[in-house]
Amino acid sequence: MLWIAWKMLIGNRVKYLGIVFGVMFAALLIAQQSSIFCGLMSLTVSQIRDVEGPDIWVMDKNVQYVDDIKPLADTELFRVKGVPGVDWAVRFYKGIVRARLEEGTYEQMILIGLDDETLVGAPEGVFLGSIADLRTPDAVIMDEAGYRRIWPGEPFRLGRVFEMNDRRAVLVGLTKASRTFQSFPIVYTRYSQAVRFAPPERKVLSFVLAEAVPGVAAEEVCKRIQADTGLQALTKRQFVRKTILYYLAKTGIPVNFAITVLLGFIVGTAIAGQTFYLFTVENIRQFGALKAMGTSNWTILLMVLSQAVQVGIVGYGVGVGLAAAFGYAATRGLTRLSFFMPWEVLAMTAVAVFLIVLLASLLSIRKVMVVDPAIVFRG
Amino acid sequence: MSEARIVHRHNPDPVASTVADLAVRVRGVTKAFGQGESLTKALRGVDLDVPYGELLMLVGPSGCGKTTLVSIIAGTLEPTDGEVLVLGQDLVRMGNGRKVRFRRENVGFVFQSYNLLPALTAAENAAVPLLIAGWRRQEAVDAACEILDRLGLGDRLANLPSELSGGQQQRVAIARALVHGPRLLVCDEPTSALDAENGRITMELIADIAVQSDRAVVVVTHDARVYSFADRIASMEDGHIDRVETAARG
Repeated sequence: MLWIAWKMLIGNRVKYLGIVFGVMFAALLIAQQSSIFCGLMSLTVSQIRDVEGPDIWVMDKNVQYVDDIKPLADTELFRVKGVPGVDWAVRFYKGIVRARLEEGTYEQMILIGLDDETLVGAPEGVFLGSIADLRTPDAVIMDEAGYRRIWPGEPFRLGRVFEMNDRRAVLVGLTKASRTFQSFPIVYTRYSQAVRFAPPERKVLSFVLAEAVPGVAAEEVCKRIQADTGLQALTKRQFVRKTILYYLAKTGIPVNFAITVLLGFIVGTAIAGQTFYLFTVENIRQFGALKAMGTSNWTILLMVLSQAVQVGIVGYGVGVGLAAAFGYAATRGLTRLSFFMPWEVLAMTAVAVFLIVLLASLLSIRKVMVVDPAIVFRG
Repeated sequence: MSEARIVHRHNPDPVASTVADLAVRVRGVTKAFGQGESLTKALRGVDLDVPYGELLMLVGPSGCGKTTLVSIIAGTLEPTDGEVLVLGQDLVRMGNGRKVRFRRENVGFVFQSYNLLPALTAAENAAVPLLIAGWRRQEAVDAACEILDRLGLGDRLANLPSELSGGQQQRVAIARALVHGPRLLVCDEPTSALDAENGRITMELIADIAVQSDRAVVVVTHDARVYSFADRIASMEDGHIDRVETAARG
């Protein structure tokens, strides 16, 4: 009987496509907007994730997210190093500077200062020049997207000179780096160099990056650091979570995306529901005939539900496929949108589509359940 | 109705001698729709018997209650009052689930507007009762093809209803009604949408294939051209059987 339900459904092409369109529209909008939202959220933490190696981030106790820099005194490094369970610790600078280019124009940049000796936190995707070149005077390495933004259309060229805080910086390398929430170019340099490029402040240390002694859990070491120094110490994962939660709680970003997702859900439900109901009404005599011929209400219910599930699967597949295609185009540079589609987005969209087809089929189910089989004897 | 002759009035049981010989036994059936001032009495105490092996026609003007009565006999409508025995089963006391199963196993339907599923081929449409009964699709379609072949539609098995003429569609509907071997065939205006020739062919098929000693056929019709196919004709008027006539079939 489910086979008959399927043939009934696809036999009416216009209605079938109408229902699928409703579901597809909702799935596309929900998956696409959720993925853009996830992309944006991943941008907020990209600079945490890009720092490979150390698992512990130590910062002022009032820091709420990665860009909320509250400088520490340099001496805090030694206090952290003295906490039992800390294997090693290094300084890490992060700030925003204004650079004056050769052309005389100004550009905001994210400045990252790495520990002079170890260069811990250095980018791993250097494709022109080398990390070791950072040890030369005034040396900086820039991210590829930043270079393209500052010098669009120009070939990669090392040796370019620009100024930050009236101090000379020389481009010695280019690296791949994750895009940031602010989309500013990122320049990496040594810590001692970074504090000279940055505006003068009494305290300049942004973070202390640390690693736990092998065999000791990073979470445990974080607790010890907090207890001994009064500083805030988080594992990389905790810091990522804290930053994302900040953006979720303190910005209008999630609300805006949630409204769009909700609209997609409502519009999709309305289109699919209305078309599905019309389809059922159009076929009500056929359903009546099936009931007259001995089809039980239970089977009729299964038939309608199977029709709903079938359009749900097709609509979900097409909608998510289109969203993924959009994401493919977006991440290939055709747009500047961030896009990240984790499995959670696919699962959430599937749940939403399931709810849509369930809601869409409710009226139809009621209609066919109450239809009198004697309807087939009426003219 | 030239070949019919009136044999009695208000006697529902002229042929059968015992209840066991009756496919359908209706006693004092009433049916009312609506409530209060909008109450409409469609049936006002109907008595009717249909013995096995008989083709009975229900005739009468529009609104006289033919369709209501045949719906009750087919088990698709509950009477307000009265007794309805079909194939020895008391439909009034039968629960809904059992009634659904009873219809599935025992009743074949031919509808005025055919009610074929437009997305299914002729063979698939004719196979529907078997699919409802739980047959495998291919076996059901094979069985349907056999009966369609007998009805002269062997070359139309893969056609959709929209590709068939009215007469062909009605033959598919007859095949669908008979494919599962029901013991009661209920036909609602089976020839009203057909021309004279197709109407005659349709009734011939019903009379030849459906009327057997262990079966009964009840046909609701307005079409006086097909009265000659009836064994008896029950004329309805204003919600009751006005008279029952014996006809010379064929």
